[in-house]
Amino acid sequence: MTVPPLLSIENVSVDLPTARGNLRAVDQVSLTIGAGRTLGIVGESGCGKTMLSRAILQLLPKKAKLSGRVLFDGQDLVGLKPERLRKLRGRSVAVVFQDPMTSLNPVLTIGTQLVETLQEHLELDGLAAKRRSVELLAAVGIPAPEQRLTQYAHQLSGGMRQRVAIAIALSCEPKLLIADEPTTALDVTIQAQILDLLAREQRRRHMAMIIITHDLGVVAGRTDEVAVMYAGRVVERAPTPMLFKKMHMPYTQALLAAIPRIDGAPHTPLPAISGRPPDPTRPVQGCSFSPRCRYAAGLCYGQKPVLTAAESGEHQFACFHPIQTAAVIV
Amino acid sequence: MLGFVARRLLYLVPVLIAVSLLTFLIASLLPGDLAYVILGDQATPEKVEALRHDMGLDQPIWWRYVSWLGHVLEGDFGRSFRTGQTVWQAVAERLPVSFELMLLAQIAALAIGVPIAIACAVRSGSAFDRFMTGSAFGMLSVPTFLSAILLIYLFAVELRWLPATGYVPFEENPAGNLRFLVLPALTLALAEWPGIMRVLRSDMIATLQEDYITLAKAKGLKASRILFVHALKPSSLTLITITGINIGRLIGGAVIVETIFALPGIGRLLIGAIYTRDLIILQGVVLFVAGGFVLMNFIVDMLYAVLDPRIRHGHA
Amino acid sequence: MATLELSINEEVAVTPVRRAPRLGPLFWAAIAWTIFILAAAAFADLLPLPSPTDMDMLERRMPMSQLHWLGTDGLGRDEFARLIYGARISLTVGLCAPLIGITIGGALGMLAGYFRGRFESIVGGSMDVLLAFPPLILALAVIAYLGQSLINLTCIVGVLSTPAFMRVARAATLTLARREFVIAAQALGATHARILLRELLPNVFLPLLAFFLLGVAVTIVVEGALSFLGLGVPPPISSWGSMIGEGRESLEVAPRLAFIPAIAMFLTVLSFNLIGDTLRALTDPRQGAL
Repeated sequence: MTVPPLLSIENVSVDLPTARGNLRAVDQVSLTIGAGRTLGIVGESGCGKTMLSRAILQLLPKKAKLSGRVLFDGQDLVGLKPERLRKLRGRSVAVVFQDPMTSLNPVLTIGTQLVETLQEHLELDGLAAKRRSVELLAAVGIPAPEQRLTQYAHQLSGGMRQRVAIAIALSCEPKLLIADEPTTALDVTIQAQILDLLAREQRRRHMAMIIITHDLGVVAGRTDEVAVMYAGRVVERAPTPMLFKKMHMPYTQALLAAIPRIDGAPHTPLPAISGRPPDPTRPVQGCSFSPRCRYAAGLCYGQKPVLTAAESGEHQFACFHPIQTAAVIV
Repeated sequence: MLGFVARRLLYLVPVLIAVSLLTFLIASLLPGDLAYVILGDQATPEKVEALRHDMGLDQPIWWRYVSWLGHVLEGDFGRSFRTGQTVWQAVAERLPVSFELMLLAQIAALAIGVPIAIACAVRSGSAFDRFMTGSAFGMLSVPTFLSAILLIYLFAVELRWLPATGYVPFEENPAGNLRFLVLPALTLALAEWPGIMRVLRSDMIATLQEDYITLAKAKGLKASRILFVHALKPSSLTLITITGINIGRLIGGAVIVETIFALPGIGRLLIGAIYTRDLIILQGVVLFVAGGFVLMNFIVDMLYAVLDPRIRHGHA
Repeated sequence: MATLELSINEEVAVTPVRRAPRLGPLFWAAIAWTIFILAAAAFADLLPLPSPTDMDMLERRMPMSQLHWLGTDGLGRDEFARLIYGARISLTVGLCAPLIGITIGGALGMLAGYFRGRFESIVGGSMDVLLAFPPLILALAVIAYLGQSLINLTCIVGVLSTPAFMRVARAATLTLARREFVIAAQALGATHARILLRELLPNVFLPLLAFFLLGVAVTIVVEGALSFLGLGVPPPISSWGSMIGEGRESLEVAPRLAFIPAIAMFLTVLSFNLIGDTLRALTDPRQGAL
């Protein structure tokens, strides 16, 4: 590959000072994503995946400390001038947040929130911006788009709201879309629709997309590559088909096992992952997953495993005792 | 929305009746006979009796209330036995002055309080924020008549920039009118801005942590648009609420300020009526002010509903 | 080792982050000033002060001296003595009026919050009527008819403060009445009176006390305003408000006559506000209310 990747995250760490001491939310993460590709970031809540996504956009809380480099189109976003960063946000990199009820402004109309982005970045006049808003709403599958412009978020259903949020994100034809748990707050029946919409628009507009989720099932058929995060670190990453063929990290396998299966026998108890993620203000000396891992032994408690290549260079994992048997195929 | 207005309107009726009853009772049940006040202490019992009969004071109290209320509903609030002016005339003459004063004061209070609140919310916890929050708390302990005297001393006595007392109508001399109103309005505003600032600040700090503010930043909007449209608009409801709560204090403050600065407003009419024991004017003004206060609160409620789309569409 | 690690985490997670109550030097300064001014007012008669009412037309508006610490006013009366005796009036009204408010309002609020139903509606409705008047207007009207006196003044301001106390007491009772210890007492067959006095009152008292202190501050201001307008306590008794009102006349020649009582009033109001606000924040169950 001679073309440099669209986004390249290099050794990014995020530290949050808290009352109980320093909290390392993201720990030395390096990831890349090429133009037009899709990457899934998977992990339990609190594993740092949302902080990582905020770090890409430089939207971390005021007190957070960020180190490392975030190269987008060859320029480092860390320490970029606020004005240049602002021109980039919404224009080249757009986001969709988890809960459209809280991420849409309750007292501004849908139209205002769409038009303001268009006018900010594309220098459209009011009429053109309005026309384009209608097109966008229609594109994301909202019926009667003209009428929606004058409505407020609370007048729409959850699924419709998320479609509006996606329309806003797509409005300036970004090169990269970050979808942070885009379906978690929605009804199960709507989830697939929204994911399909995202996949369709991603292909059509040839933009890169990062889907952040706690659900391995969400990324399964919809991403080119998957990175699994645990306690602020990437513990396994691989092209999606390769990962589901053979997972090396016990944590990834445990995450997969926690998804209910349609072909499973009824009333089979779901194997939950025992214990809970470590307190991020008190770093574990060895592998962060060792207290909960059934394969853990010896070295796991004393030393942190680093990402190493498996059979091919594209599949990496961080584990001293990788699973050798082939994983269940979804 | 219509149901909401209707319900609030319906609630107004008993409150207004109770207000009129209380106003009437204060004036009628308390010691001190109106006839004696009019005729003076030297009046003969016969004369007093005759006047009492003329004024209907010998009627049973409930009857007096009903007939008084009947007159009031016809727009007849009574007539001063000292100046011969009707309550209606007296109030109409002075209302514009009080109204202008309170309007200017409210504008000034918002002009001081809102920018400070926003600046504090954006840098919450900073030295500037702590200083302004402390100052606002201190200002809450300064009564209106104190800041009035301080301002008079500073700007009228020491610096001689502005007149201490006096008034010209706006129609005669707009610039002069405003010159006379600067200090009174500023006095009231000094009492009002800390409340506005404190509530708006904490409201804005909460709003700035909302997801939709993060999204607005992620959309690459200008900081000014995020602050004044995305963050301030939800807080405008809070501003209206504080304004509503403050109306009562503002009216009370206006009474004091009008007296100190010799502005011919409703407040001074009231104080004058108390000094001269002009009980008819007093009763009329109290009823008028209390009624106006109830109506103003009603309007604030309505404004609140109009501005909040969630109430407007019945999602509250 | 793994289990040890986990148990430490458990323990950390369970311990709530407790905020140490912040009682800064300002708070203690406020307490000190309050005690000082209360003591000065209470023992004014025992202090070696000149009479606050003796006029001396030859010694009008004298500057500060050994004889008159803060000089004399426009009628040659000792300013310092008037200040101390004025504190008496301001504090008497300032403390007694909210006492009326806390008694009536607190009782009504607790009963309304405990029994709910029609009683609550009636109490709430009558308070709404009281609140329909701008407070200063109502106070002025009643004073005008009743006549100026210390007792009248105290009663009116006290009655005017009842709605606020009622709301605080009702809100506190409403939340408390659903708590386990009240339900337990009811289940044990305790009488309403016992529950109200033994179970609820001690818990409602603290928020009411915090509000009482804020009420004192407001009352001192209201009394000051009425006296300033010449409608408070009748002369020759001095109150801070009337002293400021008299001082206003001589703002050009002797501004200190207005500003000395003004500073005393400001410090006192600020102190009560500070103490009340701190107490309110400490008793407020919401996090970060301070």
